[in-house]
Amino acid sequence: MSEGTSWLQRPVTATQVTHRQRLWLYATAAAVMAFLVLPTLIVIPMSFSASQYLEFPPREWSLRWYRNYFGSPAWMQATATSLQVAVLTSLVSTPLGTLAAYGLHTSRWRGAGVVSLLLLTPLVVPGILVAIGVFYAYVQLKLVNSLTGLVLAHSMLAIPVVVLVVSAALKSFDLQQEMVARSLGAPRWQAFWLVTLPQIRFSVVSAAVLAFLTSFDEIIVSLFIAGGDHSTLTRNMFNALRDQIDPTIAAISTLVIALTSLLLVATQLRGAEPGAGGH
Amino acid sequence: MPHPASTAPHLSAQPHAVALRRAGQREQIGLLLLIVPAFVLIAGTMLVPVAWLFHLSFLSDEGRWSLEHYLRMWTQPSYLRTFRTTFEVSALTTGLCILLGYPLAYWLSELPRRTANLCMLAVLLPLWTSILVRTYAWLVLLQRKGLINNWGIGAGWWDEPIALVHNLTGTLIGMVHVMLPFMVLPLYSAMRAIDRDLLKAAANLGATPARSFWLVFLPLSMPGLATGALIVFIMSLGFYVTPAVLGGGKVIMVANQIATDIELFFNWGAASALGAVLLATTLLCIELARRLLGAAFVADAREAP
Repeated sequence: MSEGTSWLQRPVTATQVTHRQRLWLYATAAAVMAFLVLPTLIVIPMSFSASQYLEFPPREWSLRWYRNYFGSPAWMQATATSLQVAVLTSLVSTPLGTLAAYGLHTSRWRGAGVVSLLLLTPLVVPGILVAIGVFYAYVQLKLVNSLTGLVLAHSMLAIPVVVLVVSAALKSFDLQQEMVARSLGAPRWQAFWLVTLPQIRFSVVSAAVLAFLTSFDEIIVSLFIAGGDHSTLTRNMFNALRDQIDPTIAAISTLVIALTSLLLVATQLRGAEPGAGGH
Repeated sequence: MPHPASTAPHLSAQPHAVALRRAGQREQIGLLLLIVPAFVLIAGTMLVPVAWLFHLSFLSDEGRWSLEHYLRMWTQPSYLRTFRTTFEVSALTTGLCILLGYPLAYWLSELPRRTANLCMLAVLLPLWTSILVRTYAWLVLLQRKGLINNWGIGAGWWDEPIALVHNLTGTLIGMVHVMLPFMVLPLYSAMRAIDRDLLKAAANLGATPARSFWLVFLPLSMPGLATGALIVFIMSLGFYVTPAVLGGGKVIMVANQIATDIELFFNWGAASALGAVLLATTLLCIELARRLLGAAFVADAREAP
């Protein structure tokens, strides 16, 4: 006990504030961290509850909400659509965004700055405005409720993310290396493919993962343009949340958390490998 | 840019210079072509449609030029109320984020770097988690028969379930939870950069810890605080999902009003006018932030997502 009090009276800063005087700060910081983390984590045990009612900790454990989810054609269809759209979005937006970032980075054209700002507008314009804009265009183009429409709209949202990530990598890459390759006779595309790309590959992979997640997590645009046979997981979840609280959502949430963490941890680990380029 | 070869005395160098310049130009054009696919996609699905909506917002229902959609915002109390709600909710969210984020960032900035990075995971975890998952979690916690009410009544703190969700309280809790990381990250990096020797100097000159915090630390952390506050405020203005689910129809922000105008009334003009005002407000705030904070704001805002 005496050791505890001595810790409390020990100064913590150079200006002789003691731990005791700092207790409120520790308590506040701990409470705020709990506020940030716990609500999300509480979903995981709840998803294994046998009860329809919300209780924590659950009195009985079961997998019934997972069975419910995997047995429901509507949820399965939405999950398949979401995964399909997210993969296609990543495949479309990663090359387009990478090429655009490379073009913007190497071009000496004065208008490049304006173009790069325009490419980033989907990040700045409020989501609802983007959503009704896309919806309006798709009504004219008859792309509402189509897979193509979803992939195009999500790619539009993901390209700025790819451009930002790849541009940052290019900024820390020494383009002189490409000049060396070209002075040895490589055409520009080959210099990019064999010299630049391998060195920024970690950033390109991160960008692809972020593009996937951008699409997989997207809600507002999907609410307007996804429907019928091509409803997305987020759209179904949003509608379910508005109606009633179905514990099936806890099971889906747990799976989504697992998928997201897996993807992000995998890219982080790859980046930590010695010799993996980028930063 | 004059090519050095073009001023060379040898006439035979001239054709080479021309050819080189041509090749250079061709390459520049090739590089610009790389931007085209991405640009066309963004222009086609967003820039053009949003510009078209802007045009629609100036047309009356009969298709003539008019300002009726904008005038309606001034004359109809429901629209005025929507704007007031939007600003109130955004301002309250910003205030609460400062209140919760400042102490956390302060504490994190004094930890050794490794420990701080580990604790930073708590700030980053919500950023990685789908907003719908988090909204669901808050519904589970806050509703009438939710966990907080169960615990509160079980512990005898209150007798009747209190209304924590489907109102302003629930919306604010959800929005603060979403926006808090965007406050903590710029604050933390600003506080890390503060030279703690300045606090020692202040103490040496006789300032109490409170006084040296107030006169030295707080002003030095201001750029981070302002950046965080502006990011939170600007992003809050456009919120849709959280007020739609946790507000239970009682908290109608501009984005919700726009959605209703389209889903229920197919009133493109009214929705577009609201969208134009929302966008203008957002851009105005960004411009204001840029003027106030300079390039630091743009750099921080880009790191945020």
